Amino acid sequence: MVSLLDVINVGLFAAALRMATPIAFAALGGIFSERVGIINIGLEGIMLTSAFTGVTVSYYTGNPWLGVLAAIAVGGLLGFFHAVLTVKFAGDQIISGTGINIFAMGFTAYMSQIIWGSRGASENVTGIKVVTIPLLRQVPVLGAILGKHSPLVYIMLAVTVISYIILFKTPLGLRIRAVGEHPTAAETAGIDVYRIKYLCVTLSGMLTGLGGSFLSLGHLNLFAFGMTGGRGFIAMAAMIFGKWTPFGAFGASLLFGFADALQMRLQAMGLLPSQIILTIPYLLTVAVLAGVVGRARPPSDYKPYVKE
Amino acid sequence: MTKKSDTASSADAGAGGKFLVLSPGLSMIGTQLVAILMAFIVGAIILKMTGYSPLEAYGAMLRGAFGDVYGIGQTFTQATPIIFTALAFLFAFKSGLFNIGAEGQFLVGALAAALVGISFNGLPAFLHVPLALLAGALAGGLWGFIPALLKTKFGAHEVITTMMLSYVALYLTGYMVNYPFKAPGWVAQTVPIAPSAELPRILPPTQLSASIFVAGLLTIGIQYVLRKTAFGFEIRATGLNPNAAQNAGIDVDRRLILALVVSGAIAGLGGSGEILGVHRRFIEAFSPGYGWDGLAVALVGGNNPYGALLAAVLFGALRSGGMVMTRATGVPLDIIFLLRALVILFVAAPTLIRSLLRRGGLRW
Amino acid sequence: MTPAVDLRGITKAFPGVLANIDIHFSAEEGEIHGLLGENGAGKTVLMSILYGLYRPDEGKILVKGEEVAMDSPAKAMRLGIGMVHQHFMLVPSLTVAENIILGREPKKKGVLLDENKMLEQVRAFCELYRLDVDLEAPVYTLSVGVQQRVEILKALYRGADILILDEPTAVLTPPEVEELFRAVRALKDEGKTVIFISHKLREVLAICDRITVLKRGRVVGTVDADKTDLGQLAEMMVGREIVYTFDMEPCEAETTVLSVEGLEATDDRGLPALRGVELRVCASEIVGLAGVEGNGQTELVEVLMGLRRATGGRILLGESDITTTPPDERIKAGISHIPEDRHKWGLIEGFTVLENLILGSHRNPRFTGRGGSIDFKEATKYSEELVRDYSIQTPNINTPAGHLSGGTQQRLIVAREFSRQPRLIIASQPTRGLDIGATEYVRGKLVEMRDRGSAVLLVSADLDEIWALSDRIAVIYEGRIVSFKDPEETNEQELGLLMASGKVD
Repeated sequence: MVSLLDVINVGLFAAALRMATPIAFAALGGIFSERVGIINIGLEGIMLTSAFTGVTVSYYTGNPWLGVLAAIAVGGLLGFFHAVLTVKFAGDQIISGTGINIFAMGFTAYMSQIIWGSRGASENVTGIKVVTIPLLRQVPVLGAILGKHSPLVYIMLAVTVISYIILFKTPLGLRIRAVGEHPTAAETAGIDVYRIKYLCVTLSGMLTGLGGSFLSLGHLNLFAFGMTGGRGFIAMAAMIFGKWTPFGAFGASLLFGFADALQMRLQAMGLLPSQIILTIPYLLTVAVLAGVVGRARPPSDYKPYVKE
Repeated sequence: MTKKSDTASSADAGAGGKFLVLSPGLSMIGTQLVAILMAFIVGAIILKMTGYSPLEAYGAMLRGAFGDVYGIGQTFTQATPIIFTALAFLFAFKSGLFNIGAEGQFLVGALAAALVGISFNGLPAFLHVPLALLAGALAGGLWGFIPALLKTKFGAHEVITTMMLSYVALYLTGYMVNYPFKAPGWVAQTVPIAPSAELPRILPPTQLSASIFVAGLLTIGIQYVLRKTAFGFEIRATGLNPNAAQNAGIDVDRRLILALVVSGAIAGLGGSGEILGVHRRFIEAFSPGYGWDGLAVALVGGNNPYGALLAAVLFGALRSGGMVMTRATGVPLDIIFLLRALVILFVAAPTLIRSLLRRGGLRW
Repeated sequence: MTPAVDLRGITKAFPGVLANIDIHFSAEEGEIHGLLGENGAGKTVLMSILYGLYRPDEGKILVKGEEVAMDSPAKAMRLGIGMVHQHFMLVPSLTVAENIILGREPKKKGVLLDENKMLEQVRAFCELYRLDVDLEAPVYTLSVGVQQRVEILKALYRGADILILDEPTAVLTPPEVEELFRAVRALKDEGKTVIFISHKLREVLAICDRITVLKRGRVVGTVDADKTDLGQLAEMMVGREIVYTFDMEPCEAETTVLSVEGLEATDDRGLPALRGVELRVCASEIVGLAGVEGNGQTELVEVLMGLRRATGGRILLGESDITTTPPDERIKAGISHIPEDRHKWGLIEGFTVLENLILGSHRNPRFTGRGGSIDFKEATKYSEELVRDYSIQTPNINTPAGHLSGGTQQRLIVAREFSRQPRLIIASQPTRGLDIGATEYVRGKLVEMRDRGSAVLLVSADLDEIWALSDRIAVIYEGRIVSFKDPEETNEQELGLLMASGKVD
């Protein structure tokens, strides 16, 4: 008989942290973008393209870390592209982001076909090895949850803290928040509004790219068509739930990661048809959005800022 | 057909002065055409870089799509569901909402129609078909109602909720067709629908069905509603300026909900048409992304129903021609998804196009 | 003596509008120089050019005798020019101190913000100029007068010797204006140059040493303040005599149209905005509601129109209780609204003139049959009538409303709202941002409607306007009506005190 402990145990929480990582990266990226007043709906597409890039580079070079770097670069490039379209040309932010998403779907499928002859999944590649932090590992309970993970998970934790420091404890963070909330005030204070917007949106792409690389290289060691499965959108929900703060978004990502991990366990145990279980993360996202928003005030009105 | 300025890419005349500067409507067509051209150019570059000949590929596509009666028939067959999803996106967009979950609404509509089609044996065709279509529209409408309610009651952004529900629709319909309604055999599909529920094929041996007439009627109907009715007036007002609309006494929340419900219903109707006319049974994940095509088509069509109709034929040609191209030249079919994305990106940045034109205009 | 700033031959055009035409303007060091002109005369544009926000099409800028290319506000600041805008440039969620040092943040360990240093430095400035503010309060919690002080501090902190104040008294009560004047004189004593942009004749005359008058983008002349008077300035500004008062008949028949009893409501942040408002407007009467912005007027109008829910109290239109009636029914019952922000609430800029004119009455049986479709022939007839009757300047009725000028847009709204012969008109800042011609037109129309029997509630921050038009004046302060009198029984001082503090002592 299946007992609750088979489902809910330390392993689940460790898995939750792991599954939360790509979402957290994208959510952090989303925060930087939205804090300067640009909605980045393209997180999904950026994640997918970066996941693909990471695997491709690892495939050709045998070095997964080069893959990670390439993923970050590609993410930054797509972010920059979104920035140019929405900042310089004041294009519609949602359409640009949606364009990136659709582009990612088509591009990755096409290139998968070209490289591996199959648009379903790539071959296995060298992935990033999991590490163990010896002292931490010994700690009861917490050690089992935190002690053994892919380095990218630890990077994610660090990035969360650094993001908080940047946003709330540095002059740059002050400027970022000013630019999003009142770009004209920032301009008159002598701040280069366009530059800050470009910087943050490109950064959002880079962070999301990191998340994408983890999805493919840190976990499955391959690329599969559509493997992001909506995580980019879930990351946006996490960002909103976390009220556009790094720690809040991290917490929300953990929640979604937990749902993801739970869903996989339940599937493995065959308690319910897999399709039903697969809907859990998406329904959870919808529920979160329904419960949270209305009370959450976004950091910007997202209107394009046009210099005279 | 008056093109008013309430479009996403309202390009005013004057792109570099070297382009068609006839009237706002025409110059907008000009910008859309340029966007499509640029997309194909970039696509050609990518093809070249990955070792294929763009001329061969595009040539095969063209021949496949329009070269013979069969090709033309298939082009319109592929265009039909896209017309529905495009109208769905368009209608919601007019009210200011981004419905990117048309794919999911399409699927649940299709399933509902299939279920009605396999039940109710013995019903005469003139009752069975409308009933199935209605079921599809209702299911799609429901799938639009949920995000609409969440948006108006809780402020949940419809982009995320419609996207999420699309995934839910995918898995839910997958479940239905793998378990309760699974036909015997290996494939996850239902049994065929009763002959009385079928929409007739109008151009054998192609798969073109009467569904295209429904699509055409719907296009005219939507344009009429938007331009000539008080309801359409209110929808457009809400989309352009919800505050002013509210101040004028329009119940904005109600309109938004109705807009998304109608939008979902249209997509659901499209799914039904596809089942009743083409596949005659529900097969798991049978939609090759018609929802996304619809989005691209709506944008390319300048957010005008007739424009969407034309653009849908283009995309239908891409699909049917694309399949022929893949068989003939070996170019992966996914290039058409790339082209689709490029078209969206170029249409989304009208100023980008304009400044590129200006620079280009100086050279020729 | 070299002037502190010298603008020569400045010309600046925007699409469809020549904002500045060959302007010569100079201000001496240590003087308070007024820049006077009506709305749209080009004053803000000129100073924005000086501040580096716009680049002039022609002309030269000299600061302390040196010619400069003013590329950006950063450059202006480096040259010692500071600007306090009409619409504050303060980031709402940041604190006072953070707003002041934004752009010149003191650093700790190279990357982190040194919060202690920040507070120290700003505090020093506050003491020097005797401007008292709570440095750690987020700006959105502060009153408008205090926010202005923060803006001035901000400019001074950045080393401004030349201070441009753009319509600084627009949002201040009379006592706050006095305080501002004291501060400006103190700045002059410290050797600062102050350029004082305003359209308010009396104030400019009271505080400035010299006054330059702009009219429709051109300089009319520069005079010494002690050698001129109101009449001359007014003539320079407008070129004809301004009518300050209207000829009105006294209020008759006491039929109450609008009755507000104990009305309560909250604002967007959930804080109480209306705390038991009591108000009465009769037919053929204009009740002027005076008050400093932010005391509940906006929320009151929203509740009256049905755009915001009341949390307590009642609203009666005639005999019927309309407290919970939806907006479209209120419109049908005869309430009209001239909104505060016409771009946001009044017009749909993407709609044509015709569509805007039938907006709100589009479901009227006259326009919409039972099938739900709109009779455009009838709508066209109606629109053309209105365009004629109200002299709406438009190429045709199919022009998008966004292409019309501000004054024309307001006429459109007036036409739409008044042609319905409403029982009650709620006019919210109806002449804000309009030139003299349009302002006179709107005010004249309000009086006309009053004479025809409509009840009018005029909400305005412009005391002159309230004074000129009202049969009775109410003052709103912190969500309550603190006074409701005939104009003869009160005066500007009393009104000012009531607006600022809710009390007369």
